[in-house]
Amino acid sequence: MLNKTAHYLSRSRSILPELIAILLAFLLSAIILTITGYSPLRAFNALFRGAFGNKFGIGQTLTQATPILFTSLSFLLAFRSGLFNIGIEGQFLMGAFAAAIAGSVFHGIPPIIHVLITLIAGGLFGALWCLIPALLKIFTGASEVITTMMMSYIATYLTSYFVNYRFKAPGWVAQTNPIQTSAVLPKILPPTQLSVSFLISLAFTVLVYYFLFKTYLGFQIRAVGLNPAASENRGIHVHSRLIMAFLFSAFVAGVGGAGEVLGVHGRFVEGFSPGYGWDGIAVSLVGRLHPFGCIFASILFGMLRAGGMTMTRMTKVPLDISLIIQSLVIILVAAPSFIKYIILRRKD
Amino acid sequence: MAEALTLLGFTKHFPGVLANDHIDLSVNQGEIHGLLGENGAGKSVLMSTLYGLYRPDAGKVFIRGHEVTIGSPSQAIAHGIGMVHQQFNLVQNMSVWENIVLGKEPCQGFVLDRNQIRKELLALLKATGFEIDLDAKIRDLPIGLQQRVEILKILYRGADILIFDEPTAVLTPQEVDQLFKTFRQLANQGKTIIFISHKLKEIFCICDRVTVLRRGKKIGTLPITDATPESLAEMMVGRKIFFSFEKVKSPQPEVILSVEGLTVSRDRGGHALHNISFVIHSYEILGVAGVEGNGQTELAEVLVGLRYPQKGEIIFQGKDITHYPPKKRILMGISHIPEDRPKRGIISDFSVKDNLILGYEDLPPYKMGLITRNEMSIDQFAQNAIEEFEIATPGKETFVRNLSGGNQQKVVLARELSRNVALAIAAQPSRGLDIAASEYIRNKLIELKNNGSGVLLISADLDEIRSISDRVIVLYEGQIIGELSPEADEYQYGLLMGGTAC
Repeated sequence: MLNKTAHYLSRSRSILPELIAILLAFLLSAIILTITGYSPLRAFNALFRGAFGNKFGIGQTLTQATPILFTSLSFLLAFRSGLFNIGIEGQFLMGAFAAAIAGSVFHGIPPIIHVLITLIAGGLFGALWCLIPALLKIFTGASEVITTMMMSYIATYLTSYFVNYRFKAPGWVAQTNPIQTSAVLPKILPPTQLSVSFLISLAFTVLVYYFLFKTYLGFQIRAVGLNPAASENRGIHVHSRLIMAFLFSAFVAGVGGAGEVLGVHGRFVEGFSPGYGWDGIAVSLVGRLHPFGCIFASILFGMLRAGGMTMTRMTKVPLDISLIIQSLVIILVAAPSFIKYIILRRKD
Repeated sequence: MAEALTLLGFTKHFPGVLANDHIDLSVNQGEIHGLLGENGAGKSVLMSTLYGLYRPDAGKVFIRGHEVTIGSPSQAIAHGIGMVHQQFNLVQNMSVWENIVLGKEPCQGFVLDRNQIRKELLALLKATGFEIDLDAKIRDLPIGLQQRVEILKILYRGADILIFDEPTAVLTPQEVDQLFKTFRQLANQGKTIIFISHKLKEIFCICDRVTVLRRGKKIGTLPITDATPESLAEMMVGRKIFFSFEKVKSPQPEVILSVEGLTVSRDRGGHALHNISFVIHSYEILGVAGVEGNGQTELAEVLVGLRYPQKGEIIFQGKDITHYPPKKRILMGISHIPEDRPKRGIISDFSVKDNLILGYEDLPPYKMGLITRNEMSIDQFAQNAIEEFEIATPGKETFVRNLSGGNQQKVVLARELSRNVALAIAAQPSRGLDIAASEYIRNKLIELKNNGSGVLLISADLDEIRSISDRVIVLYEGQIIGELSPEADEYQYGLLMGGTAC
């Protein structure tokens, strides 16, 4: 069902439904704010000012959008081959952890090369974390929804264990040693946290777009996602394309994790991800499962995260409200497409 | 004979299409009236409009001479018009009687009057002669019986003009016979039946008179006794249709494919094919006849590499390809027109162009460099294929799901036949297609053969097999039970297909 909805989503062109959904989400949030005794106008004013009002706000919004853009691209890559990669969070964390280690243990490497090595290490570890679900899927038919999610929990607790014991930096905080300066991604809008990582995420968007729509490998992956039986009939090796999509998806998630370490935190800090991997799933759907759609959707979500913090600080509205708005956007964007899908199916 | 129904000047526009163009129709009481036309000729639209599902742009309806207006199906039913659609509207989890009375339940206060219902329904069964268990659940009934429940539903509502929209499409041949008996019986009781079909055979089998539509226009109405298959086909299609094809003997046939001792296991245990051997020559169409489910699907799949045999060899042009993957076989010139078009043949959410290129995407010139698609070559290939194979599509970027069945099949043909073909495996190639599209596809297969390819034609349509094959083998329970010449009579075929060796 979700599958078909998503296919429908990727077929339609108008963005009006999304705009209406977003407006409705704000309207409903306003009602919730009013009921709970806050002024919606003041709250939204703070939210938008926090998100776009000045250089700092824009920087924060894009900083928050960066990891979500990576994870939404990750979800979309797997999804286009017909796979539900639910365990992006775990692949993201493994990538971040591998980057933190690669960033700190290598000494005396020229900056650009060091950055490349750590990013690739992050991507490879993310991909590695997906290898088991991918092989289980191919050889036993085990549902990737279950296996990737379980692997994700393992990653969460494994990295947590590492930064608390084996790789813990001296001090009270559960975190790794800082990465070498040669591995740090420069900030591009000081004093905000916005780093080159954002530009890398944009580059990846273009890459993913190019790969999916302009190469024959992407074509085969999309064919397998839409009709594996017909693809097989036309000589496409379905299993190898599934594995490819799976690993690429997890690679992008891992690079996203590495980008956070190199660009924002400078090390792996326990609990640094508020669930970017899970956000990616929703953002991908709101972005109509298209790479360029994901840019807008992740900026929307980044705005809600960044603006939400300002809103809390300035108006004492709890951060939960901005989470409620996010959830409403997801529900309202998904719901109309469900309805349209049903109408479409009745016409068929 | 009294006129039960008259339509005058019925016209219905859809955006971009004139579905019905001033159609006049008159149907007599107690007659079985065929409504014949190609897919898209406007038969279903005409009847759906009459039934109140669409609002006509112009036109008048007379029932027994009185003009009426019908704005909704419930008004149509009130005027005694009932319609049985291709897709049934039955509640699967409810019993037969519940489905029949649903929406018109006799009640006492708020409670169903079960005694009354049973009395009425038993009377209805007696009148129609239907044998059906009123308490059976719909989901347990075969399609043929479900259709009877639909008929009972409209009779229960007092319909005496019954419209059937391609009712035979979902039925087995036995069920079709049964349905036609029902038609005759209802007509004898004074009911009027309008039977929508694009199959000439059925029209000849059951109808008293027939009206032919073509591209939204009425071409004519004539008693069936005045019609011949050729004349009706010409009315339908607008030009002469040839039911027999000239068979050219080849100059020097050589063996293209030889299959030896092939045994294939069934998905659920047992053998789908058991120890079969045959050869296909160049310049030859080998027909495979048989009742469906006797190993035809597996035969096609094992030849193109979608499944592998337990035993036996497949030799293609002298090479043992038994264990070759599909891709390798495609590159060697084996084409496949799969029996299940939506499942194996096309990707309906891909554009026409992407469906045409499917399977060639990794070959030059359709890729340049390592992995990049060469859109220009692809576009050119698609444009040529669309023109050469006369695919009716708004453009090469249109989703294949928006094309008609015949044009979807042409997309498959264009893809499979536009490169060098040494052997074509065509499984049920004209299934679900109208006369013109079927003829087109058969001509393509003949053209292929005349150019020296071998063709394996697997079809449940005996007429199709006999009209274009050079030799015919008959499959029965996974074995080749005999070989016949295409000129052998239908009776001999029937015996073999039923498992009786000659």
